Amino acid sequence: MNLHEYQGKEILASHGVKIQRGYIAETAAEALTVFKKLQEETGTDIAVIKAQIHAGGRGKGGGVKLAKNVEEVEKISGEILGMMLKTPQTPGGLTGPGKLVSKVLIAEDSYAPDFDKCQEFYVSIMLDREKKCNVIIYSTEGGMNIEEVAETTPHLVYKEWIDAELGIQGFQLRKIAFNLGLSGAAFKDMTKFIAKLYTAFLKSDSSLIEINPCLVDCNDQIVAVDTKFSLDENALFRHPDYEAMRDKSEEDPTDVEAKDYGLNFVKLDGNVGCMVNGAGLAMATMDIIKLSGGSPANFLDVGGTADAERVENAFKIILKDPNVKAILINIFGGIVRCDRVANGVVDAYKNMGNINVPIIVRLQGTNAELAKEIIDKSGLEVKSAILLQEAADLVKDVVGRS
Amino acid sequence: MSVLVDKNSKIVVQGFTGKEGSFHAEQMIAYGTNVIGGVTPGKGGQTHLDKAVYNTVDDAVKKGGANTSIIFVPPRFAGDAIMEAAEAGVKVIVCITEGIPVQDMVKVKAYIEDKDCRLVGPNCPGVITPGEAKLGIMPGFIHKPGRIGIVSRSGTLTYEAVDQVTKAGMGQSTCIGIGGDPIIGTTTKDAVELLMNDPETDGIIMIGEIGGSMEADAAYWIKENGTKPVVGFIAGQTAPKGRTMGHAGAIIGGENDTAEAKMRIMRECGIHVVESPAQIGARMAEALG
Repeated sequence: MNLHEYQGKEILASHGVKIQRGYIAETAAEALTVFKKLQEETGTDIAVIKAQIHAGGRGKGGGVKLAKNVEEVEKISGEILGMMLKTPQTPGGLTGPGKLVSKVLIAEDSYAPDFDKCQEFYVSIMLDREKKCNVIIYSTEGGMNIEEVAETTPHLVYKEWIDAELGIQGFQLRKIAFNLGLSGAAFKDMTKFIAKLYTAFLKSDSSLIEINPCLVDCNDQIVAVDTKFSLDENALFRHPDYEAMRDKSEEDPTDVEAKDYGLNFVKLDGNVGCMVNGAGLAMATMDIIKLSGGSPANFLDVGGTADAERVENAFKIILKDPNVKAILINIFGGIVRCDRVANGVVDAYKNMGNINVPIIVRLQGTNAELAKEIIDKSGLEVKSAILLQEAADLVKDVVGRS
Repeated sequence: MSVLVDKNSKIVVQGFTGKEGSFHAEQMIAYGTNVIGGVTPGKGGQTHLDKAVYNTVDDAVKKGGANTSIIFVPPRFAGDAIMEAAEAGVKVIVCITEGIPVQDMVKVKAYIEDKDCRLVGPNCPGVITPGEAKLGIMPGFIHKPGRIGIVSRSGTLTYEAVDQVTKAGMGQSTCIGIGGDPIIGTTTKDAVELLMNDPETDGIIMIGEIGGSMEADAAYWIKENGTKPVVGFIAGQTAPKGRTMGHAGAIIGGENDTAEAKMRIMRECGIHVVESPAQIGARMAEALG
């Protein structure tokens, strides 16, 4: 689950990580109020106004701006709030529709008083799947796209793997600070900063914390100026307060609806919808659609109990997409009996009443023959198959005709 | 002979009296699997499904002689259950549970590293040696004793492959569902190695998916050490980048995570790669001649 910058910073601050301070605002008037509060607390002259959306590269699309006085705070906040912000990472990129900005973060100027004296670094923590432990990735090249840095100057990207049982060690903290070229007070503060950041990572069950830029300010203090923060959804039971940070407006509305139905759904841009039990088989079914000349419109795993209600909900989700020209249902009945799924499909089809795209149902496993009979005798516009290859051939037929 | 599990395995079910545990233990027993009992803390001394219930895995090992375990414990307690089994001296631990926090598995993996045990899963359908023992949630009836070993990260896609193998007139030696999570115990390579060394396995089917480097690691191992035909399929040729496709581990990060890259590496290593999942069984029959 992805968080907004301000939410990630809240979690960081709760673990003692020094952050660029700021307040959230939803209107220009609110922006003005919180800026005055921020000025009193921090003495900052300049406000950094940052659009809060789940995408990087916000500065490139005009979503991060400096305001030098109260008038500018109000004016710029008003401009950013309500805009459709396009960044390289929003759907469709810089030429796509962008994402609606409904919140801005009014933040202090961490670079004051002397921008040129500050130094920007990159730090992130995530799981290294291959080594099966957490890794801290860091670089002297802060404020830039780290993928590009890794490609052009790989020697400037360092990695430090953390022992799963013992945690981060003193020598590792020192190594990081030395590799970043620090000394004196900044060196000492960086070791503390990284130790706290790692604690925050573990305690919050994050799957990713990225601090970019990670700043050495004019007082030799290390400050998290921006953060990208993701949480492990499977661990949310340990953090009921983080669950409330979910911003459904950032997710595709169809994805949200599917989730509410307990369906695992990912929207794609093809023309053949599919409904499958099991994630692996669902991906394989998408591949079959492609090999048969179609293109998958979605990934959808209905899970273990493919009853009439779930099948009906899955139909609803798939049919929301006007590009869908056919639907392939592929269920391998193990524990769940195919005849029950077949009845579920027939009931759902009748309940829906207005399905006007061809449906191909492939049911294999327990009571597959009986299931085929139920489908074939239902009198519905549904083609049935038992073997996967038969289903593939039926998809080819349907796609070829449209 | 088969691998990991056979009719002599003495199996304890962790989470025995829960809904999932009860249902699947009953199916396992009906298949003829040697389930010696189960563990539910606080219910030790009772019987369930006519088998003994123990408070701890340690009791199940010492009093019941268990050497194999299957875990149906809810996600928040499952990491603990794996460590309990490893500490008690269980040799093969199969964890079915889906949704264990990643950081729990980081700890578990480190904890069991120096224990004399093999973990299969989590988030997997389990292991079956047809006709001998079903240590998992797969439908038993689609399997047939035979000489093809199957390794897969998926549940229903494994059943699909099993079904094709059975329909093509062959059977299975052992089918190993290794699981779909980012951190799992037995890797594709580990499972392939077990089957490659099994004298009762003539051919291996290896089913992977997008994400991670397990299939590539297995492919390079096969290139050096392979003595039997291997048929491979990678699910997710049409999956978009950066999205998790159901399985927590199925996400395309870098270039080598894609189905195309994995299939290319597998082909280069001499694996019979099929593009269509409908051709797995037929290709195996062809490879065996």
